[in-house]
Amino acid sequence: MSNKYKNFFKGIKDTSPLMIPVVPFGIIFGVLAIDLGLTPLTTIAMSIIIFGGASQIIFLQLFSAGASSLVILSSVGAVNSRHLLYGTVLSEHLSDLNLIWKIVVSYFLVDQAFAVSNDHFKKNKDDKDKYFHLIGGGLNCWTIWQVTTIIGIYLGSIIPEKLGLTFAIPLTFLALLVNDFRKLINIVVIIISGTIATFGYQTIPFKAYVIVAATAGLIVAFILTKFIKKRL
Amino acid sequence: MSDLVLIIYCGLITFLTRFSMIALLKKEMFNDRIREVLSYVPSAIFPAIIFPAIFLDNSGTVQIEDNPKIIAAIIAMLVGVLSKNIIGTILSGLLSYWIIIYIS
Repeated sequence: MSNKYKNFFKGIKDTSPLMIPVVPFGIIFGVLAIDLGLTPLTTIAMSIIIFGGASQIIFLQLFSAGASSLVILSSVGAVNSRHLLYGTVLSEHLSDLNLIWKIVVSYFLVDQAFAVSNDHFKKNKDDKDKYFHLIGGGLNCWTIWQVTTIIGIYLGSIIPEKLGLTFAIPLTFLALLVNDFRKLINIVVIIISGTIATFGYQTIPFKAYVIVAATAGLIVAFILTKFIKKRL
Repeated sequence: MSDLVLIIYCGLITFLTRFSMIALLKKEMFNDRIREVLSYVPSAIFPAIIFPAIFLDNSGTVQIEDNPKIIAAIIAMLVGVLSKNIIGTILSGLLSYWIIIYIS
């Protein structure tokens, strides 16, 4: 088996345990999209075109609250800013690729694939085909994401609305933060951002509360990390 | 702007955040300081979605008393911190929410 295939399948294998939480996430997305009135086709298009769980859910949240396109777009951009970090970390391993492969790899650069491929790249610095690991891992995520979206679309048409499934949105994001509740600076940032968003929900114009709250949180993080060197 | 056009724009911006650094950076351009601050992005942005969805009622006013979502979210958070399990966090929150609205 050539090195490309080996890396490709290792990527699939390495990301597989991380797919367990993706399954309910994708289903919840599909259910909510239908609940909020999107058509099945638009919902599938979203999972293929955006291919990012947090971005898609925040899209739904703001879309259903009647936010403007510009606010939705900038909030999705803000949620995605963590990808800049991923790209920065991976760029040293991928700088030799041609443009087409850089585009392919970028499309598949999701949280789970980044987590395992970053490790793989560090351990296999001299393998010129190592990027197939990220493509395998990304494609694994992609497949699970599309399948669970479709399952969610189907379930969304049969699950009664009064079950209050929209409550799954804050719970999903809460679940993504569980590791941060143990660190002091994170807790301060979380409380500041959350409080500003709650009280700014009505008062900040254009539903821009997400961006305003997140910016304030990052400024606080910037200041606090300056004074507290060691993370608690 | 039609829904699909908006989705395409959102897809583009998602792609560009993934692509830009891979395409542009040759060597390390971000120093450790910027990287450290960027690691707080989830903590800064997710609460802006979590808190209003829990503390506000349908009309957008703050509701503290008689709000089952607050209790359910606290239970979910405790389960999450103790178990570090994503599915467990979501399910415990949903279950306690259903139990509370069902018995009250």
